[in-house]
Amino acid sequence: MDDFNYHEPRTLAEAAVVLHAARNGVYIAGGMSLIPALKHRRVRPSDLIDLRLIDGLAGIRREADTLVIGAMTKHADVAGLDIVRNSIPDLARLVGEMADPSVRNRATLGGSIAHADPASDYPPALLALEAIIVTDTRRIAAAEFFTGPFTTGLRKGEIITAVNFPIPDNAAYVKFANVASRYAIVGVFVARRAGKVCVAVTGAKPCVFRFGEMERALENSFTPDAIKAIVMSAQGLTADIHGTPEYRAHLIGVMAQRAVASAAAKPRPA
Amino acid sequence: MARVSIKVNGKDEACEIKPRTLLVEFLRDHLGLTGTHVGCDTTQCGCCIVLIDGKAVNSCTMLAVQANGADVTTIEGLADGGKLHPMQAAFREHHALQCGFCTPGFIMSALELVAKKKNPTEADIRYGLLGNMCRCTGYENIIKAVKAGAEAMARVG
Repeated sequence: MDDFNYHEPRTLAEAAVVLHAARNGVYIAGGMSLIPALKHRRVRPSDLIDLRLIDGLAGIRREADTLVIGAMTKHADVAGLDIVRNSIPDLARLVGEMADPSVRNRATLGGSIAHADPASDYPPALLALEAIIVTDTRRIAAAEFFTGPFTTGLRKGEIITAVNFPIPDNAAYVKFANVASRYAIVGVFVARRAGKVCVAVTGAKPCVFRFGEMERALENSFTPDAIKAIVMSAQGLTADIHGTPEYRAHLIGVMAQRAVASAAAKPRPA
Repeated sequence: MARVSIKVNGKDEACEIKPRTLLVEFLRDHLGLTGTHVGCDTTQCGCCIVLIDGKAVNSCTMLAVQANGADVTTIEGLADGGKLHPMQAAFREHHALQCGFCTPGFIMSALELVAKKKNPTEADIRYGLLGNMCRCTGYENIIKAVKAGAEAMARVG
């Protein structure tokens, strides 16, 4: 790891000032994605700006039909707290199956989505739940936020402060996980709210995406059978040591059907 | 350089360090606490797990500056003089180690899982130890040891 200057700002405004003044400043949240990247020298910042001392970035609250999760909230809290389990149970379950307990004790929501790994589990949840990413300067719809592999719509110096998750009527996430890393080879998040259905897929392309054909079929009939005949084209899907594009296309269908069956069986908690 | 002040096993340690110093380097190289091991150095094996404010974390994937002001417990902080902590004693009793390299990390993870749930089931233990790898034992004796260690800790109170 190269040397860098280290800063511990106390406010969002101070953090942004330090970042803009630095030659190559990088924010750090939990560091579970960034520290490995520093070790590999894939990221070589002149200045590391730690967000941990800024008040108000961690915590979870419910505001009417929205679950608001602070950007610095640890995965362990999203997975373990009743406020999440009682609002969007499958979001808690999804986060509880990410990585392992010691990673979840450090990793944060904001860090995870800013990293935007194309096989990560949070992005399909944000996309299918039509979450809003709140930053220090604006609000960004999840559909505009994830723009490519390890790429987001964040501007230079912008800091994620929270994510607003509208609470769905039904939701479920099913992934086919790599047994070593627990990353999704393919993961599908299905959510239904006021008759509208969203199906978001991770792990299968360089960026998380929605599968419109399945969404339309599920709006007519929210059953696994409704999407049985819908097959994703293998064109453009990821090929790596874990699976061919054709294999991933098949997995999308299987995971989506399982997610629909699970979501349909779990209506929104009272 | 950055100044850190970290409580390690109950003792305040203040040091000037390079900001890039990993917590595990701080513990091993600056404080000489070599019971915390570096196995994979990539957040996968769990050999470097320590407790920070009671939570199990990989000290190879945390900068020491991020632990500034925190309370860290390493494997060296568990025994009471020559008397092993009940979880350490259970690992020895149940032959839950062979080479012992992964053991400190397993024990620290086990302590967090028992702190969260006093009488963990086998499923709780397997879920709680997902971030720890052992290449010797095949895990069965580790599961038994954690269960016995949890029971012994409950008896001690």
